[in-house]
Amino acid sequence: MSEPAVAVGPERARPDDPVAPARTPRRRRVPLGSRLRRDWQLLAMVAPGFLVLLIFSYLPIAGNVIAFQDYNPYLGDNPWQAFTHSNWIGFGQFQLLFDDPAFWDAFRNTLAITGFQLVFFFPLPILLAVMLHNLLSSRLRGLVQTIVYLPHFFSWVLVISFFVAMLGGAGLLAQTMRDAGVQPWNVMTNPDTFIVLVTAEAVWKDVGWGTIVFLAALSTIDQSLYEAAAADGAGRWRRLWHITLPGLRPVIVLLLILRLGDALSVGFEQFLLQRDAVGRQAAEVLDTFVYHFSIATGNYGYGAAAGLFKAVVGLVLILAANRVAHLLGERGIYSKS
Amino acid sequence: MTVIIRRPPRARPHRPVWEERPTRVGQALKATLLTLLVLGVLFPLWVVLVTSLSSRRTIADAGGLVVVPKGIDTSAYATIFAGGAVTRALWISTLVTVCGTAIALTVTVLAAYGLSRPGTLGHRWLLAYFLIPFLVYPPLVPRYLVVTGLGLKDTIWALVLPSAISVFNLVVVRGFFQGIPQELLDSARIDGASDFRTLGRIVLPLSRAVVAVVGLFYAVGYWNVWFDALLFIDRNDMYPIQRVLQSYLLAGQAPHTSGAASGVTMPPTEAIKMAVVVLTVAPIVAVYPFIQRHFIKGVLIGAVKG
Repeated sequence: MSEPAVAVGPERARPDDPVAPARTPRRRRVPLGSRLRRDWQLLAMVAPGFLVLLIFSYLPIAGNVIAFQDYNPYLGDNPWQAFTHSNWIGFGQFQLLFDDPAFWDAFRNTLAITGFQLVFFFPLPILLAVMLHNLLSSRLRGLVQTIVYLPHFFSWVLVISFFVAMLGGAGLLAQTMRDAGVQPWNVMTNPDTFIVLVTAEAVWKDVGWGTIVFLAALSTIDQSLYEAAAADGAGRWRRLWHITLPGLRPVIVLLLILRLGDALSVGFEQFLLQRDAVGRQAAEVLDTFVYHFSIATGNYGYGAAAGLFKAVVGLVLILAANRVAHLLGERGIYSKS
Repeated sequence: MTVIIRRPPRARPHRPVWEERPTRVGQALKATLLTLLVLGVLFPLWVVLVTSLSSRRTIADAGGLVVVPKGIDTSAYATIFAGGAVTRALWISTLVTVCGTAIALTVTVLAAYGLSRPGTLGHRWLLAYFLIPFLVYPPLVPRYLVVTGLGLKDTIWALVLPSAISVFNLVVVRGFFQGIPQELLDSARIDGASDFRTLGRIVLPLSRAVVAVVGLFYAVGYWNVWFDALLFIDRNDMYPIQRVLQSYLLAGQAPHTSGAASGVTMPPTEAIKMAVVVLTVAPIVAVYPFIQRHFIKGVLIGAVKG
């Protein structure tokens, strides 16, 4: 495809006039009324998005306050009336929550799964990206990329359907084992190996997609570094260790921080879909806990409290991780400068 | 009018002189890994497709899923398209995807352009307003109460409106718009074009690639909607396809297909299940190759500058 933007690149659009400033200087001290008259069209363009976020993002965020209520959905005619009629009970819901062993089970499961995926999933896209980057044939590389990106666009329902078809009780694996006269096992319903299963599903869905950002980072590494290192006698592994990996470090750190910020949300749909087949002991995570103890049972204040707890811990984690990254001299998600 | 543009000859792959030849073992290992990876994605798709197109007898002989096809039998698809839950769900999903993508693209493009011009009134505040939801997810319970409180329950609007803008997509489009030279927009303004006209006549025609990519992201998102349907759709006849797929495959329910041919010609349920999987995958696999080439470029351009 031709890239239309190329035709109007800056080198063509800018006349060689040394007097003209490159950009309009920022106008200050323009009265509000005339700025409004000047910008009203741009503001009108922003308005629909503004409204959508106001209603479906900001209003729910403010709605977190029902975590401090004994929210009763049956008071009044609509959620708003129910909200104004419900009693304020302070931290009562949180006290209940912290005394609930089911909550701590979900908490532990969540951390275990996050930790497991950090070790067994996080490095894989990096390895794959390095491997793809080293392929000489760009045609082959493109083909592999096209195919491995695809599952990212499948829904979790589809991904799990594929896993059921392959590994489930009536799936291909069990079928083959039965034909071979071996007692088949059903991976999809085994709570002991659930953590491996969900990681495998996540890998299947997103390992390819995860390489994009690393491939982009790899393509920015200066080739002459490799040449110089080779001239100094560094073999391929030394070059990998001393040039490639340091080149990827900022991206790795950034993604680690983001992952840590999400440590308490391992993914909603994947777990909700498999919770019943595997059982609560292994498959209940904080997200499914929130769902089951609020919307499924009507105990909204309780679920809101669990959700708020999760959000606050997540925010603290991401800020802390970013802080640590700064202390280690990395850029992190935002820099102070 | 067809202009054939000859591609420049592909640069022959060449290895820098300083780089060692790969070892035999290394090459074999790399080839094996990549083959396994590609097969790991394609093999399940193949098995599901073949099973959905197999006759009852082939499936029984294979003992469940079919790997090697033996003839083609489309009776599973015929049953599904004779009407019933799957057909209806496909319509609902199509409706949600088309409406949702159109609305979301409009909202996103407008907001992205409005936010792409620096120095306008309240620019920094508005930008912060749009970026904060990127870091703070709307919490589940209050979100549920807001959507039901607006009376959207059991309508397709409950699936369309809450995700009518994704901040990630907004950042991508805005980044692209910022790359358009200011001089071009200034000249439009001098010629008397309003901001809306500038967007429609100058900016959008330059941005087809990024709009296509973001449109694909929205479309895939709407086609894949499952959890919102679990939350907001209680009526069976309003289920989108993902919800039906879940009830067929994961909850292990028997499919109810009204209008199915009676008696001996009933196709095997395994074929129907797999046919539902195929119908759910098909739109994604069909659109994917056309957009695939653009998205890496599109996303990276936007993300880097955003």
